[in-house]
Amino acid sequence: MSWIDIGALEDIPVQGARVIKTKMGCVAVFRTADDAVFALSDRCPHKGGPLSEGIVHGHKVTCPLHNWVFSLETGEAQGADEGQVPTYDLRVEAGRLLIDASKLAAQSAA
Amino acid sequence: MQKLVVIGAGMASGRMLEHLFEAAPGAWDVTLFNAEPRGNYNRIMLSPVLSGEKSYAEIVTHDEAWYDTHGVTCRFGEKVVGIDRDRKVVIGEQGEVAYDKLVIATGSNPFIIPLPGHDLDGVIAYRDLDDTNRMIEAARPGARAVVIGGGLLGLEAAAGLRLRGMDVTVVHIMGHLMERQLDEAAGYLLRRALTDRGIEVCCSANSKEILGEDGKLRALKLDDGTELPCDLLVMAVGIRPSVALAKEAGLETGRGIQVDAQMHTSDPDILSLGECVEFDGQIFGLVAPLYDQAKVAAQTLTGEASEYIPREVSTKLKVTGCDLFSAGDFAEGEGREDIVFRDPARGVYKRLVLEGDRVIGAVMYGDVADGNWFYGLIKDGTDISEMRETLIFGPAFQGGASVDPMAAVAALPADAEICGCNGVCKGQIVAAIEAGATSLEAIKATTKASASCGTCSGLVEQVLAVTLGDDFVLPTAKPICACTDHPHEDVRRLIKAKELKSQPAVMQELGWKTSNGCHVCRPALNYYLLADWPLEYTDDPQSRFVNERNHANIQKDGTYSVMPRMWGGMTTPEELLAIAEAAKKYDATVKVTGGQRIDLLGIKKEDLPHIWADLNAAGMVSGHAYTKGLRTVKTCVGTDWCRFGTQDSTGLGIKLEKRLWGSWTPHKFKMAVTGCPRNCAEATCKDLGVVCVDSGFEISVGGAAGMELKETEPLAKVATEQEVIDISVAFLQLYRESANYLDRPYKWIAKTGGLEWIIAQVVDDLDNRAALIERFDISQSVYQKDPWAERATPQYERAWSPLADLTKEAAE
Ligand code: SRM
Ligand SMILES: Cc1cc2nc3c(=O)[nH]c(=O)nc-3n(C[C@H](O)[C@H](O)[C@H](O)COP(=O)(O)OP(=O)(O)OC[C@H]3O[C@@H](n4cnc5c(N)ncnc54)[C@H](O)[C@@H]3O)c2cc1C
Ligand code: SF4
Ligand code: FES
Repeated sequence: MSWIDIGALEDIPVQGARVIKTKMGCVAVFRTADDAVFALSDRCPHKGGPLSEGIVHGHKVTCPLHNWVFSLETGEAQGADEGQVPTYDLRVEAGRLLIDASKLAAQSAA
Repeated sequence: MQKLVVIGAGMASGRMLEHLFEAAPGAWDVTLFNAEPRGNYNRIMLSPVLSGEKSYAEIVTHDEAWYDTHGVTCRFGEKVVGIDRDRKVVIGEQGEVAYDKLVIATGSNPFIIPLPGHDLDGVIAYRDLDDTNRMIEAARPGARAVVIGGGLLGLEAAAGLRLRGMDVTVVHIMGHLMERQLDEAAGYLLRRALTDRGIEVCCSANSKEILGEDGKLRALKLDDGTELPCDLLVMAVGIRPSVALAKEAGLETGRGIQVDAQMHTSDPDILSLGECVEFDGQIFGLVAPLYDQAKVAAQTLTGEASEYIPREVSTKLKVTGCDLFSAGDFAEGEGREDIVFRDPARGVYKRLVLEGDRVIGAVMYGDVADGNWFYGLIKDGTDISEMRETLIFGPAFQGGASVDPMAAVAALPADAEICGCNGVCKGQIVAAIEAGATSLEAIKATTKASASCGTCSGLVEQVLAVTLGDDFVLPTAKPICACTDHPHEDVRRLIKAKELKSQPAVMQELGWKTSNGCHVCRPALNYYLLADWPLEYTDDPQSRFVNERNHANIQKDGTYSVMPRMWGGMTTPEELLAIAEAAKKYDATVKVTGGQRIDLLGIKKEDLPHIWADLNAAGMVSGHAYTKGLRTVKTCVGTDWCRFGTQDSTGLGIKLEKRLWGSWTPHKFKMAVTGCPRNCAEATCKDLGVVCVDSGFEISVGGAAGMELKETEPLAKVATEQEVIDISVAFLQLYRESANYLDRPYKWIAKTGGLEWIIAQVVDDLDNRAALIERFDISQSVYQKDPWAERATPQYERAWSPLADLTKEAAE
């Protein structure tokens, strides 16, 4: 694994998200009410909605375009909808956000 | 005899010595240093000493006689200033002592935020008996104290000082109290309990500067400019392991002194334990794990094999009357499930976090009797699949008690207002029921409750159900969403009746079934709260749909459209030039909308603050094309130009738009003013339309031309522009106060049973009209601000752009 520092936890609003740009498109970095963090592709599998702009509730996010709901933990669509959003390893160390870049790179090669 | 030197006579080393003397009496010649001029006492009981519930004598753990019996050489009040590992000596202020084994148990230091003024007389930390005594000395009744830090220590300090008669304010940087131990809901209950005992609590408050006069503390200044005058300032913002001594001696340190599972430091002859150590990346702040370490350290010294294994800790707050308990890991997580129980009437909240068939975390407030039982389940990893259904009710559950879904209504006092329109309170309804009115219709007839707008009928029915018990069958209304059993109407009225002013307050008092709502209920609650408590409630951007959070309309490709206001559909060459320039600069598509203004489409999110700044510079503000709020006021050319025009429809439209813009409403609100009945501005299909006629103005409401097509119905016919404006404001405010979120006015009007009631409120009753206008203006004092101007700043430029750009890194 290769961890890259992408910013401070404080840069993300609680119950909100920010995006990071990568070779494979934007990745949304979420922060939940209990201060857990998650990184998912910012593209909704339905019609490409930016998940980073959705409402975050519990460990879930609702896509802003047509209200599909996704688990931030698994990237899986909830309820009746079917779809999967790629997820990335992310951790917080001393208030800094570290993302595992190896998966970002591995996917771009594929 | 082997020589053992111990640095620090605190709770951890004290416990270790007890184990050691028990296992190997007489085997060690112990020298004990302590910087404090006293031996080991029960530090965690300082709070009862502060509050006056206990004396120092009662909390001493080891007295002189104990140290005597075990032959401990006490060097209290003497700090150790160095360790010479080559010569194996410890250097105290009064001289050296040689050791065979050394134990470092220096605990931790309170963290002092280096704010300007932190060294003023009157600023203190809360760690030892001396701090406690200084607080007791300063605590004259009527004197003022500020406590920075809403964690365990800060709140205990605040409660103690309050009990001694001080005026106390707690300043906490996070959104809720004790955020590391409690979730938001429990934090809310705790805050309420503290407020009830006269402690002021400011959350999300950032301290900026400590102000003094002649070297003496005067006030704390927050970064929003507020000054909190105080005679005593207690900083309880956290602790740092005390590692300096170990570090200077060349021992390995991270955040704490690094130890292995046998409590060895990187030097095999030196052990360490307590709050000063770091084990496996963890540091410690509660005594339970330190006592485990004490046992291991004693065994290591006596040569017995032993291993320290960290375990879950539980927390209780030692403030008499605030019962809370938290243990384990209560964050939501993959494969985790919540069981939430709320009894709003008793102020009880319990939440268990399950992973598979095990309980891994518990937070409870109000009723903590079962705390230790749950803690046991967590520590033991007990399989709870058999008792899952009834788990939350605790070990005593016998299979009968059921939760009362109507607790919120049952708990309302007799004077709580149920029907706002007719001023009917719960007591009157109960009296009517007892006098024989046993149906909604009968209540309506006898008390007038729910006879007007009807939004309280759900509540009236619940009062019926609570009062009549099984004799009344409750019609089921559709709840807002799966997070609650309450429909919109009930939530709106209960927010007012119970004066609920925050989302956690609503969720707790009304028994929400999730910990923080969902995308359906949160925007509705956010709206209700800001509409009902404009001065008290702070708008929560994270509870808004993307458009309202970003102040632009999201498009299907993730770009945004930007639409400035064109008051009443009027513009100028200068505005058009500025729009044209912006369109070129940001590569926008330009469209004339159906609302008489111009839309710039395809703007990238990171460009938004820039285009806003450009449009602001040309005098334009947000058109709120993205809001549940006032949209456009369409007008026609009117008497200015048109040969049929009867009144200045353009001018009136502009006046209306300037008065109403910026207000948030349950759904979007569109208006038009047209100069004659030919209706070129399409006023008769708007939420509120004005048709000018020779004798004055015809106001009509409840039109729509969207998914449903509806002609407006007449509200009033008036002679002056001022009356048009007043009635429009009053109508909008009534809609704001009583409609369900996402009901356009025509739907709301239908639910209130027609226009009659509304006409009475805003047209006929002049006092009521004036009161509605006054409440609207209070709200506008907060919300009539151009959101673009507020956000065209460097801070937003950063927040609106990507957090990081890895397009280069990821290629490696
Ligand atoms: C831009 C515009 C179309 C145009 O190019 O002219 C427009 C565009 C949208 N309309 Fe509209 N409506 C526009 C005038 C209208 C009108 C005509 C009017 O206002 O005179 C109507 C019918 C009148 C009415 O509201 O009753 C109209 C009825 C709707 C509806 C149905 C509302 C209803 O209650 O049935 C929606 C859906 C909704 O709000 O839930 C809607 C929703 C939308 C949304 C916001 C769809 C969405 O949720 O993303 C579109 C946003 C596009 C964008 O990013 O700009 N739009 N929309 C018009 C902007 C007017 C303005 O200057 O602010
Ligand atoms: C007001 C208050 C309330 C608390 N409430 C709770 C509670 O409810 N539950 C709970 O579990 N925990 C509570 N705690 C925390 C608990 O008291 C600590 O975790 C515990 O005391 C730490 O023990 P220790 O031996 O590591 O350090 P300490 O007890 O702090 O002992 C360290 C000692 O080392 C001395 N020392 C430091 N450096 C030197 C030096 N260079 N030379 C000589 N001596 C030195 C210090 O003077 C100190 O006396 C509370 C703490 C406070 C202050
Ligand atoms: S009519 Fe439909 S497609 Fe056209 S702007 Fe309105 S919502 Fe969008
Ligand atoms: S694009 Fe996400 S739900 Fe349609």
